[in-house]
Amino acid sequence: MGAATALFIAVFLACAVEAVEATTIVLAAGTARDWRSAGYGVGAALVVLAAIVAVLGPAVSDIPLRGLRAVVGALLLIFGLQWIRKAILRASGHKALHDEDKLYAKHLAEAESQQARRNGIVPDWYGFTLSFKGVLLEGLEVVFIVLTFGTNDHNVGLATVAAACAVALIAALGFAVKAPLARVPENTMKFVVGIMLTSFGVFWGAEGAGAHWPGSDAALLVIIPAIALYAIGLVALLRRTAETGTGQPGQVPATTGVH
Amino acid sequence: MAGAGDRLKAFGAFWYDFVIGDDWLVAAGVVGGLLVTYGLSQAGVTSWWLVPVVLLVLLPVSLSRAASGSLLPRRTPAPRTPPGAPRTPPAS
Repeated sequence: MGAATALFIAVFLACAVEAVEATTIVLAAGTARDWRSAGYGVGAALVVLAAIVAVLGPAVSDIPLRGLRAVVGALLLIFGLQWIRKAILRASGHKALHDEDKLYAKHLAEAESQQARRNGIVPDWYGFTLSFKGVLLEGLEVVFIVLTFGTNDHNVGLATVAAACAVALIAALGFAVKAPLARVPENTMKFVVGIMLTSFGVFWGAEGAGAHWPGSDAALLVIIPAIALYAIGLVALLRRTAETGTGQPGQVPATTGVH
Repeated sequence: MAGAGDRLKAFGAFWYDFVIGDDWLVAAGVVGGLLVTYGLSQAGVTSWWLVPVVLLVLLPVSLSRAASGSLLPRRTPAPRTPPGAPRTPPAS
C-alpha cells in the first residue's frame, strides 16, 4: 500500500462517516417536514461550502509546508486521538454504539414537533435550516479533511476525488433506501478513521516540528499498522476490565457528535 | 450587549469543542510533545520517536479518564417548572 493509497483510504473513510451523519439529518428533514425545503437547505449549504473552499483553498496552499504540517499534524493528532478513544470505548463496551436509527428517530421527532413557517421561496423554514445546518457542519469537516490531507501530501486532486466518491456513494445509498444508513458499519469505520487520522497526525506533526522519519514516507506503512495494533490491544484490555467489573461499562452515553 | 456576549461565548464554545473536544489533556499533551520535538530537532537530536511515545502514553491516560467517568458531559438539570411559570426563590 503506497502513500497515495493510504491518503485515498483515509480521506474516503473520514468523508464517508461525515456523509452518513449529514444524510441522516437531511433524510429526517425531508421525511418529517418538506423535501423541497430540505433540498433548498442542501443547495444553500453547498453554495456556502463552495465559497469557503474558494477562499480557504488558495490561502491554505500559500502557507509554508513545514508550518502547515506542524499545525495540521497537531490538529489531526488531537482529532484522531478523540476518535480512537471513543471507538475503543465503544468496541470494549464502555460506551453505547453510535446508532443511526436512534439518531434518525430523534431528529424526526424534533422536526415533527415544530410548526411549519414559510419564508420567501422556502415552503418550510424549519426543514430548510435543519438540512442547511447538518450539511454545512459535516461539510466543513469534509472541506478540512480534503484541504489538509491534500495540501500536505501535494495531492489535493486525489483527496477531492476520494471525498467526492464517499459523499456521492453515501448520498446515493441514503436516497435510494430513503432510510437511515444503519447498515453502514459506522462504528468500525470510525475506528479505522481514528487510526488513519492519528497516524497521519503523528507523521506530519513530527515532520512539521523538524523531525526526520527513518524511511521518509515509507514510515507511514509502519506507523498505521502499529497504531492499529496498539488500539486493538487497548480494546482487549478494556474488555477484560469491563468483564471483571473494574470498569464502568455503559456509563458514558452515546453522543451525536462528529468525532 | 448581552446578546453579543452570548453569541461570542457560543462561538468560542463551538471552536473549543471542535478543536479541543472533551479531553483538554489530549490537546495539551499533543502540543507539548510537538514543542519538545521541535526543541530536540533544533538541538540536533534525533526526535522522530517522541511523538509516538506521547501517543503511547496519552491514549491510555485519556481512555482511563473516560472509562472512570471523569470525562462525562456535565448535565444541566432539567427545569422542574415549565418555562414562564413563576419561580420560587432559592432557600436561603
